[in-house]
Amino acid sequence: MSESKQKTDSKLSRMDFVTDQGVRWCPGCGDYAILAQAQKIFPDLGVAKENFVFVSGIGCSSRFPYYMNTFGFHSIHGRATAIASGVKLANPDLSVWVVTGDGDGLSIGGNHTIHLLRRNLDINILLFNNRIYGLTKGQYSPTSELGKITKSTPMGSLDRPFNPPALALGAEATFVARTIDRNTHHMQSMIKRAHKHAGTSFLEIYQNCNIFNDGAFSSLTNKETRDDHVLVLEHEKPMLFGKNQEKGIHLDGNKPRVIDLEKDKNLGINDILVHDEKDIVIAMILSSFTHNPDFPDPIGVIYAVKAPVYEDLLYEQFDHAVKQRGKGDIADLLNAGDTWEVK
Amino acid sequence: MGKSLKNVDDVVIRFAGDSGDGMQLTGTRFTETTAIFGNDLSTLPDYPAEIRAPAGSLAGVSVFQLHFSSKNIHTPGDNPDVLVAMNPAALKVHLGDLMPGGAIIANANTFTPKNLQLAGYESNPLEDGSLEGVYEIYAIEMTKMVTDACADMSLSSKLVERTKNMFALGMLYWMYNRTLDSTLAWLRKKFESKPEIVEANSRALKTGYNFGETTEIFTTRYKVGKASLPPGKYRNINGNYAISLGLLAAAQKGNIPLFYGGYPITPASDILHTLAAFRHFGVKTFQAEDEIAGIASAIGASFSGNLGITASSGPGIALKTEALGLAVMTELPLVIVNVQRGGPSTGLPTKTEQSDLFQAVLGRNGDTPMPVVAPKSPGDCFYAAYEACMIAIKYMTPVFVLSDGYLANGSEPWKIPELKDLKNFKVSFQKDLSENENFMPYLRDPETLARGWAIPGTSNFEHRIGGLEKEDITGNVSYDSANHQRMTDLRFAKIARIANEFPPSNIFGNKSGELLIITWGGTYGTGRSAAERCQRENLKVSQLHLRWINPLPKDLGSIIKKFKHVLIPEQNMGQLRMLIRNEFLVDAVGLNQVRGRPIRAGSIVEKVKEILG
Repeated sequence: MSESKQKTDSKLSRMDFVTDQGVRWCPGCGDYAILAQAQKIFPDLGVAKENFVFVSGIGCSSRFPYYMNTFGFHSIHGRATAIASGVKLANPDLSVWVVTGDGDGLSIGGNHTIHLLRRNLDINILLFNNRIYGLTKGQYSPTSELGKITKSTPMGSLDRPFNPPALALGAEATFVARTIDRNTHHMQSMIKRAHKHAGTSFLEIYQNCNIFNDGAFSSLTNKETRDDHVLVLEHEKPMLFGKNQEKGIHLDGNKPRVIDLEKDKNLGINDILVHDEKDIVIAMILSSFTHNPDFPDPIGVIYAVKAPVYEDLLYEQFDHAVKQRGKGDIADLLNAGDTWEVK
Repeated sequence: MGKSLKNVDDVVIRFAGDSGDGMQLTGTRFTETTAIFGNDLSTLPDYPAEIRAPAGSLAGVSVFQLHFSSKNIHTPGDNPDVLVAMNPAALKVHLGDLMPGGAIIANANTFTPKNLQLAGYESNPLEDGSLEGVYEIYAIEMTKMVTDACADMSLSSKLVERTKNMFALGMLYWMYNRTLDSTLAWLRKKFESKPEIVEANSRALKTGYNFGETTEIFTTRYKVGKASLPPGKYRNINGNYAISLGLLAAAQKGNIPLFYGGYPITPASDILHTLAAFRHFGVKTFQAEDEIAGIASAIGASFSGNLGITASSGPGIALKTEALGLAVMTELPLVIVNVQRGGPSTGLPTKTEQSDLFQAVLGRNGDTPMPVVAPKSPGDCFYAAYEACMIAIKYMTPVFVLSDGYLANGSEPWKIPELKDLKNFKVSFQKDLSENENFMPYLRDPETLARGWAIPGTSNFEHRIGGLEKEDITGNVSYDSANHQRMTDLRFAKIARIANEFPPSNIFGNKSGELLIITWGGTYGTGRSAAERCQRENLKVSQLHLRWINPLPKDLGSIIKKFKHVLIPEQNMGQLRMLIRNEFLVDAVGLNQVRGRPIRAGSIVEKVKEILG
């Protein structure tokens, strides 16, 4: 039921995924960058075009399916993950992608998101996180920082924000990753990894809303600051960052701390925490860096483990039931139990 | 002393006891035996919402009423002839309904000072003479007799005591001349792994039967002859099971996989349970995280080419409302079952009502037409569900099935259909395009106005749908004002065309007269019984039963015109009446009761007489 069973079509190109619909995001929106990377990478995923389905909810990001020339469903607010579950269970051979945002996927649709993650259907979630409500014109979102001044919070928001990777891990997600809209190559590789993962993949994409929350991720994208603020994760590699890779994450007991190898001569490369995608403790530590000014923001695959895939289990039950009871016969069923003849 | 045998046509028995006394089970067993014997029958289970209400309390009384007859019957009966009261609370709650002269069969061992006090009795009504002369009283030491019968067994006294319902059942089998075979066989199967439980219950059943035979307090046995049902093979069936079978039969007939997405809720959960056991048919049941995800997953499955189904009850349907609008806008087949219960809000979870009619017909944002079909009896639930699937696919639309708690849990003899005799319908997914032709998702069939169904995985049919208004034919997003008018008109016209499928309306009685009783859903039976009684009294009363509430049958207006009065009995405050008054400008009168149980035929007859003066 995973991608191995899907047909491949090597002739696909970017243009095969472009629709005739005019793109209606604001000029300069980070969504353009994500769309461009998706259209670039999807032809190479080894899936026949007709087997892709994009499902979205409501919000700026949720317009995405209209611009991808595949099967698409622009549904209702928050419910994309639930609709996608039905799409996938009806036909497990499809490559199903949910495009959602911080409001759609974590606020109104938070419930469906966590339940999809724990069930582990082979569905890919692209969560565009711009930490603001764009389509309704600028209210704070569940990932906005505490004290955020917006139209609906003129004195500052009172909500503590969600930490998306931590939320996903808490919901038993089997694949959690993060990337940034401006980091095109990294995004491509994350989309590929998400696609490859058998089970639900949760890919958070930091996305700049240049109208209502411009610069939310500027420290992660500006040339001058990004090296000190972004930790690029690689499996089995030490967690180093900084212009010269001079900084790193060190564990003091179970407490993480940033160390500077150039300044702190007592510590060396062997004292830097090595990333292991399969280690839940490391994943939890990394997710705790979100919204924490003392740490860089990790991007890359935070966590990826194998676990039973829901639809595989479902279809195994079908086989098992037929083996046990024979293929269902409606006439037998209708005539089951105590019956009698009236002449 | 010899016992006499008396022929009767018609008997209503009410089994009442504590919710732990096994009344539902006792009633169901009597029903099965009676059905196999060949009586016509109709049942009404009625139980508290609490799984175990405090023992002996008035709130904890659980009831199963059974009406069986040598004639064709349509209701579970108004007033019981026999009340089986397993404790004082059961007697207290149900005595008022018992027919004058009716029989009370009570478990005397439970009429203890504590239980009498819990039921609010100051003295023991079985002994204080208060019932004498009004009813036949049979105070029987059921608990003691089952205890004696199992004295040599090693079972705990608690387990032995639980078999007292089987004693009561055995006694009634004797009284109505029934055999124990089917119940004994059922006990053996049900408790296969617990032979001592089978033994104790079997002993209790036989002890009850033998007690009837030997005791001197019973002088008469009753014989209720076989009913003359249409020839065929029969089984007993309740509404929720019939709906489940109807959905499966449609999926089999249409050769389309069935997908059920839902969330547990009383009284609809049994549909989920039943379908979940059909894995060997490839039925996909998905217990979602909430009602919304239930319907959303079903819509997703329909988009992918399965037949999407969801079922719930009023509060759950309220949560699904936005998704219903999405199904209307995207024009995907979907069947939504509402097993109605008392509202508003959480209301009366285990009691029946018909108060979600507006919710089904009108309850959405925007002008959002929705076909609504309502089964009229437990067995008809099969056909209503089947028809809903057929219409949903043929017209590419969500379809509501409005059942209710009474139909869901009530049962009747059901003539088993053969798959080949069910109406044919075809599921066809779009597959072929001529060269240079593009798939137009909102191009319609000229006859049904249904759009084409193209499913993911089909090359060259890639397209996008969604909740935004669609441009006619292309399905592109469109905010154009003229297009919105056209699409709204098309959505209404499509649903109106479903009425082309209906046969001419069937009127019970003369085609014109003084008064027409219009019924829908679960009030069919009482309306029919009431019309029969009125006609026997030479009143010019006919009955018309509405199977589809939306669209209404095309001949309804002309039928209504042939009657001076229109009476619409409903278990709500007048919802169908408002629709009918609005549609036909007729001064229809309502009989509106929301008491958590079906309206009684007698109440309708009284209302008819009041109108006719």
